[in-house]
Amino acid sequence: MTTRTISNQRYHEDHQALAAASTGPAWLDDLRAAGWERFEALGLPTARRGNERWKYTAVAPIARVEFAYPFINAEGAESAELDFGFSTVSANSALNPAFNHEEAEIRRHLGSLAPMNDDGFTALNTAFLRDVAVVRVPDGTDEPVAVCVNHGGLPDLEEPDGEQLFARHLRTLILAGRNTNLTVIEAYSGPTGPRYFTNAVTEIIVGEGAQVDHYRLLDENPAAFHVGTTRVHQAKDSRFSSASFALGTALARNDFAVTLDGPGAYCTLNGLYYTAEGQHIDNLISIDHAQPHCTSRLNYKGILDGNSRAVFGGEVMVRRNAQKSNAQQTDKNLLLSENAEVDSKPSLMIYADDVQCGHGATAGQIDAQTLFYLRSRGLDLETASRMLVQAFAREIVDKVKPETLRNYLESLFDRSIAVKSLPVVFQSP
Amino acid sequence: MTNKQPLLSVQGLCASAGDLEILNGVNLEVYAGEVHAIMGPNGSGKSTLANVLAGRPDYTVTAGKAIYDGEDLLSLEPEIRARMGVFLAFQYPVELPGVRAWQFLKAGVDARRVHNGEEELSAREFDRMLNEKVKQVEIDPELVRRAVNEGFSGGEKKRNEILQMAVLEPRLALLDETDSGLDIDALRIVSDGVNRLRSGDNAMVLVTHYQRMLNYIRPDKVHVLVDGRIVRSGGPELALELEERGYDWVREEVESGK
Repeated sequence: MTTRTISNQRYHEDHQALAAASTGPAWLDDLRAAGWERFEALGLPTARRGNERWKYTAVAPIARVEFAYPFINAEGAESAELDFGFSTVSANSALNPAFNHEEAEIRRHLGSLAPMNDDGFTALNTAFLRDVAVVRVPDGTDEPVAVCVNHGGLPDLEEPDGEQLFARHLRTLILAGRNTNLTVIEAYSGPTGPRYFTNAVTEIIVGEGAQVDHYRLLDENPAAFHVGTTRVHQAKDSRFSSASFALGTALARNDFAVTLDGPGAYCTLNGLYYTAEGQHIDNLISIDHAQPHCTSRLNYKGILDGNSRAVFGGEVMVRRNAQKSNAQQTDKNLLLSENAEVDSKPSLMIYADDVQCGHGATAGQIDAQTLFYLRSRGLDLETASRMLVQAFAREIVDKVKPETLRNYLESLFDRSIAVKSLPVVFQSP
Repeated sequence: MTNKQPLLSVQGLCASAGDLEILNGVNLEVYAGEVHAIMGPNGSGKSTLANVLAGRPDYTVTAGKAIYDGEDLLSLEPEIRARMGVFLAFQYPVELPGVRAWQFLKAGVDARRVHNGEEELSAREFDRMLNEKVKQVEIDPELVRRAVNEGFSGGEKKRNEILQMAVLEPRLALLDETDSGLDIDALRIVSDGVNRLRSGDNAMVLVTHYQRMLNYIRPDKVHVLVDGRIVRSGGPELALELEERGYDWVREEVESGK
């Protein structure tokens, strides 16, 4: 308990300093204060007993560090040059100019989906609300819009005070109006060097008949902690596709939930994650079929190396009135090491009777027969293994529509996945 | 011809899978320019012989040796054997979702070239070569644009094996029941492909249960494998005799000590 009190104290001081430095608007100050209140009540979800949402992931490594908030008086750092040819939006650029426009709309939606009341991380993020990356496409915009939200670095702090570690509480609001077409990339990266903690919350509102292609790219410092909470609300006849790409960090969490809240809504959620030695990733993906005639596709793939661990929780809920729902979910994992572990738990909760739903999960090594096939053509074990691992990843990468991003991801994963040593599992019995 | 070294010389080869002994002393000599057919009843060890020579790790060699081009073949990793010109056309070619055929074939060609002290091919050189081979073996060019064998029919997979053989230009090709599961048209196309690849420099060993492929590919030698041993060898007429009389007479003759 002592640990939590101390860490809350630091958060409290920083929260108060941020509030004192605030220049409004008042509604944002109120929201921030409410976030702090909830955080005080909830804390971080360190208790694991009876906590299904955090069953396989220990939050203690985050909870026991006193992360300081470095943005109180700082200008944001320059983001890395990642734009994939898209226009960019950054939340790090001091008091957000987006608030000058369409303030009423932002006020209405900001915090409308994020689970501040029952999730400690979201509450903490809200307690530090100041800058928000806003992507807004007004109703009926004809032209397709493509935006890259670039959550780059920490500010350049000359002389960091000793061992102090930093947190950034990043907030993104994406509003796709009626019948719009939006492609949006959320890119998370950070400085190399010491550990930091990214606490990101994203709210995405997909209007009636809108089409949103969303890409979430996690390429943080390998020592970083990343907790991402994404909430998506889909109106009637909207189409939302998302692909989450994650390279391993010390601890990464991708809590991603979609509510299909109008007939004819369609979502497809793809994911690809890679973890190396000592890393941990936890994907908790939820889809709520709240209305009839909606379709969801959930397809995540993981590549696990070394002594790393992945957790996958897929939760598809089909509500009583949601007849003619169609839902499929799969999670496939490729284990490159005998020491890697995956806990995959796809689940369906179906309360309607006229539905088509299915799920599956696999975890396995590269098949010895397959490897032999490649070797019999002259490819050595390392080349063959790498080719098969890249092929496994490609299924997800190939679904990325913007060519710039697809090429970037293909080379990022090809480069990052180290298939060097020959794991024992490759030997046939 | 007679004073030439055989390309492949198998001597007293014994191999097992787990506790099961499959090959019990196989002797076989194959010279460059020859086509051999290995026939035999199901379970006689035909496929095992081809796979052991290619280096499939499921089998353990318990005795004997195989000398290929002067080297102790069985001591080499499968990829080294391939780079030295040994090719196995699989009975059940493996589907490789996400592996682009182009990349796969080029990697194989380059591995062999590097092994032989040659430069890797440029993309353009490889393209030109691949297009030529596609035409040569009459394969649908669409198949090389897809992932290797993914969603291919049985016949397409076998044809793709022949294409790989054409591209890799082996000196010793081992065809493991390449005829099984083919309809008559596919069998003709596959056989034509094989015939076109025949030359005085390379050798082929066809493993087959049936004689029908031998109507299209005329072998120089036919061997009958029973219980892991070659019990009869002869010319093409032996295949016809087997087709007519089945395998039982060979087994009976062997058992009665003839």
